[in-house]
Amino acid sequence: MKKTYGNIIAVENATFEVEKGELFGLIGPDGAGKTTLFRILTTLLIPDEGTATVEGWDTVRHYKEIRKITGYMPGQFSLYPDLSVRENLEFFATIFDTTIEENYHLIEDIYRQIEPFKGRLARNLSGGMKQKLALSCALIHKPLVLVLDEPTTGVDAVSRKEFWEMLMKLKKQGITLLVSTPYMDEAGMCDRVALIQNGKIMKIDPPDKILADYPGTLWAARAERPYRLLQNIRDYEGVASVYPFGEYIHFTPQSEPFDKEKLKVFLESRGHRDPEIKKAELTIEDCFMDLMNR
Amino acid sequence: MVKKFGDFTANDNLTFQVRKGEIFGFLGANGAGKTTAIRILCGLSAPTSGEINVAGFNVYKETEKIKKSIGYMSQKFSLYEDLTVKENFRFYGGIYGLSRKKIRERTGYLLEKLNFTHASNYKIASIPLGWKQKLAFSIAIMHEPRIVFLDEPTSGVDPIIRRQFWEMIYETAEGGVTVFVTTHYMDEAEYCDRVSIMEAGRIEAMDTPRNLKTRYQASNMNDVFVRIAR
Repeated sequence: MKKTYGNIIAVENATFEVEKGELFGLIGPDGAGKTTLFRILTTLLIPDEGTATVEGWDTVRHYKEIRKITGYMPGQFSLYPDLSVRENLEFFATIFDTTIEENYHLIEDIYRQIEPFKGRLARNLSGGMKQKLALSCALIHKPLVLVLDEPTTGVDAVSRKEFWEMLMKLKKQGITLLVSTPYMDEAGMCDRVALIQNGKIMKIDPPDKILADYPGTLWAARAERPYRLLQNIRDYEGVASVYPFGEYIHFTPQSEPFDKEKLKVFLESRGHRDPEIKKAELTIEDCFMDLMNR
Repeated sequence: MVKKFGDFTANDNLTFQVRKGEIFGFLGANGAGKTTAIRILCGLSAPTSGEINVAGFNVYKETEKIKKSIGYMSQKFSLYEDLTVKENFRFYGGIYGLSRKKIRERTGYLLEKLNFTHASNYKIASIPLGWKQKLAFSIAIMHEPRIVFLDEPTSGVDPIIRRQFWEMIYETAEGGVTVFVTTHYMDEAEYCDRVSIMEAGRIEAMDTPRNLKTRYQASNMNDVFVRIAR
């Protein structure tokens, strides 16, 4: 698929397949093209080039069929603010020609948490409750495919964890899940992820495979004065990229094997007391940055 | 610091000190009361009770002095989209009462540091998010504040720019500016000298990331956070 807005290429040559029942993650920063891709798949946008099918239906010609079998939770809260929790849910059930009772089992775990507030207007819900209502509304017609656009953005780490636990349960029901996120640490929850940046999918693989494919080794260093340490490692000959990474500085050597004792001596000569240098534990984010730099 | 809204206690006896030049991570679940506390510290809202000083000024009586001594940026609002880069600098410099000469100097200096001098006449709307955030940070420290408040400054920004952003924070703190920052990226909590973790209006934990990880026997700050906030 390709999609442009004026001069801006939002998505370029995106080619991928998602298995039935898979939890597929689309991971990349704001502006990478995640929302555009999802809007094409949910029939809300028409690609400039290329085609996409969902459960065998073409997103342009058979958009009506796709809409019946797809649940979509957009990044922006898009329910009716002046309807209550219960009314929103009823509205979506009615539109899809079903009832809350018929598919209650599907939303039960999620909806039960907001049911005590079912008379409250959607506009008066907290962020977390809005999210649960939106997910309930996206599920009430028992979709085969559920598309969630950045459901965890701006959400705290605990609520994010709980949200992913809900998604795991839905996966067990056999629903195919497409989820986008800017939080790279969430990649580990997916069966496969596509890493996307500037409209291009850089890599599609299971998270373990992405980590295993990282070329060379990544090192981590830590000392009392992190900013000075960062500058000193940059000055050291024999390292390629150097980035801060939490309390550590991550760097890649220019050539292998890397002599960490030599770096340690160098850092000590620059005034760092007993710097810690070790092989770093790779994260998806390190892999993402490596792919960005290629 | 205590702040009540009717029966609801948003900030329940928060007690903390942040030293000059420290990078202080102010963490907590959504709705834990972080924003309320930040508004008080910025002089935008009066506390219900408590003794609070920001940059040496009293939050009840000297809010205008506080506002002059701090910088602020957030993910949601930072720059004027329909003004150019340079115009945004001029606008904020003017708001903070800098002289034309000073505005020119600081704009030139900060843009050069960002390697962004070539883009000084670009409209903000045409600039990618990550760059906007770096610019917004530069503008927040343009008037050389003593403390800068950063409210989720890196949300949605790509990982390379996120790291460049933290380098800017490090550098700013090295220069003696205090950095008060909120984030939902738990790996970013580890950049901070100390962090506090709020839950339901109270500070449940406050220490260096390293000590918190030891105390909660967690391998990373995400686990610490989940243990405290759940």
